[in-house]
Amino acid sequence: MAAGSTYTPLATQTLSSSAASVTFSSISGAYTDLVLICSTKDTRVNSGADDFQLQFNNDTASNYSMTYMQGDGSTATSSRNSNATVIAGIEPGFNDTYGTIIYNIQNYSNTTTYKTTLIRYNVVNAIVRATVGLWRNTAAITSVKVIGESGIASGSTFTLYGIAAA
Amino acid sequence: MANTYTLIASNTVGSGGAASVTFSSIASTYTDLLLKASCRSDQSNVARSWRVQANSTDITARNLDAEGNPFVVFSGTSANMNTNGTGSTSNTFNNYDIYIPNYASTTAYKSLSVDGAVENNGTDANLKLVAGLYSANTAISSITCVINAGLFVQYSSFYLYGIKNS
Repeated sequence: MAAGSTYTPLATQTLSSSAASVTFSSISGAYTDLVLICSTKDTRVNSGADDFQLQFNNDTASNYSMTYMQGDGSTATSSRNSNATVIAGIEPGFNDTYGTIIYNIQNYSNTTTYKTTLIRYNVVNAIVRATVGLWRNTAAITSVKVIGESGIASGSTFTLYGIAAA
Repeated sequence: MANTYTLIASNTVGSGGAASVTFSSIASTYTDLLLKASCRSDQSNVARSWRVQANSTDITARNLDAEGNPFVVFSGTSANMNTNGTGSTSNTFNNYDIYIPNYASTTAYKSLSVDGAVENNGTDANLKLVAGLYSANTAISSITCVINAGLFVQYSSFYLYGIKNS
């Protein structure tokens, strides 16, 4: 993955004011995988709540599922859900500090398989989490929406990269 | 196509070993940093054996650590990484990715996302996820990998990449 030409920034968004969600749309099918890097927090001061969510192609039906494992500094846990309307996640910002989410969306443009994504949440000084999410749809992914149920704070940055296999 | 994934510097440890490896004078011209570490210790105790510093300061962390034999998953607050050592199979080196978004920001703390693996064809193998934090608004201009006891052995390698969002 070291070759620069295979790791292409498709779009970046920096919030100048808080927003309910961030959407990347009209995503080209010219790449193999997508990587979305988020440096973000919600609009509350102390949270770390399960309220950062992911949807594809504006699909709000119950076509999503996910499984995660996480550690909070003392306890390791795992959980999952099925037939959900989003891939549920955790907001990473905490006490006014931006945290990091990295989404890896494999084989996003094929039209024959359901889509799997690997997600790493890094909640500052609170939680580390790894999630696998599934969208049960064979359509190519052309839009990615990150939803902050409590609002996404100003200053949050989101950059979408395309990874080409060749 | 833009060259957005650039090797900034690399360091391969020589025959004498090294107690630390530092990348200094890191330019602020990128959006994110990615450090790839493949290393091995000259010690037998390899759990929580090395750590990462930003601007000579230890990062803080929440971790999730999985060991397959005996099976155990636990979470803690140590920012120390694991590695292979003298008790490991010959020629085995760990594999760590350390991603730092918005490392050049002068207005926010820096969140780090760390994924690591130590495989050994036996015990002393593990997976580790770390949510790290550098609690300063200062731009990160140096990164140091420090071994807590002994040395990184010859052929331990560290590659620092800069990633641009445009």
